[in-house]
Amino acid sequence: MPLPPLPDEAIAIGVRVPDWRAAVIAAGDALARSAATQPTYTQRMVDVIDEFGAYIVVAPGLALAHARPGPDVLAEGLSVVTLAEPVAFGHPHNDPVGVVVGLAVTSSDEHVQFVAELANVFNDARVIPAIAAATDAAAIRSLLGASAAAEELE
Amino acid sequence: MKIVAICGVGVGTSGILKVNAERALDRLGIEADVTATDVNSLRLVAADAQVILASSELVGRIGKTNADVIVIDNYFDVDELTAKLEIALG
Repeated sequence: MPLPPLPDEAIAIGVRVPDWRAAVIAAGDALARSAATQPTYTQRMVDVIDEFGAYIVVAPGLALAHARPGPDVLAEGLSVVTLAEPVAFGHPHNDPVGVVVGLAVTSSDEHVQFVAELANVFNDARVIPAIAAATDAAAIRSLLGASAAAEELE
Repeated sequence: MKIVAICGVGVGTSGILKVNAERALDRLGIEADVTATDVNSLRLVAADAQVILASSELVGRIGKTNADVIVIDNYFDVDELTAKLEIALG
């Protein structure tokens, strides 16, 4: 299963944030801009970290911000935010985080297939630093193997 | 053999852990059923599991279990998963 589309609206490069909370909100804003989610989903992503801690920092420098499926998820979505200055999420091994990927899924089942594709991409350890260093949206799409428009998924 | 991968909400990170655990098990030539779930459903899902895979952040929420708990630092590092699963299952 291919990744959801990653239009320009879903990408923010070199964002300056004071803390992890603002970094997650930036990833949520990008999901909302690309019409994958409503703004309440952004707060739910923050709530997950408040409740469970920084476990979403799954690899050095990378946070996978996400929450459960819900009515505020309008379509499967992916967003990418790179930070001008990495911030700490409070993870014992993988801080600081320079790349936040936002995920939104409509159902738990579909989800596993698209995260499998994310695993294919990120299992190459060079990809996270390359995304952190990317200077345009096209480069990030190319690194992820994502397309800009939904119709290309048909 | 049953292995459970957990995350806070049961979608996303536990899915990645499941996919990469399956890759690690393939390398080791071990047959196992890997399930992704959230910490709140863990007691039910992991009752008969041999191994629980989790982030260090979530270990404190696992509670009493007879399963081996393996802490994974980098979910995308199949070498790390392979090494830790080999120790637990070997």
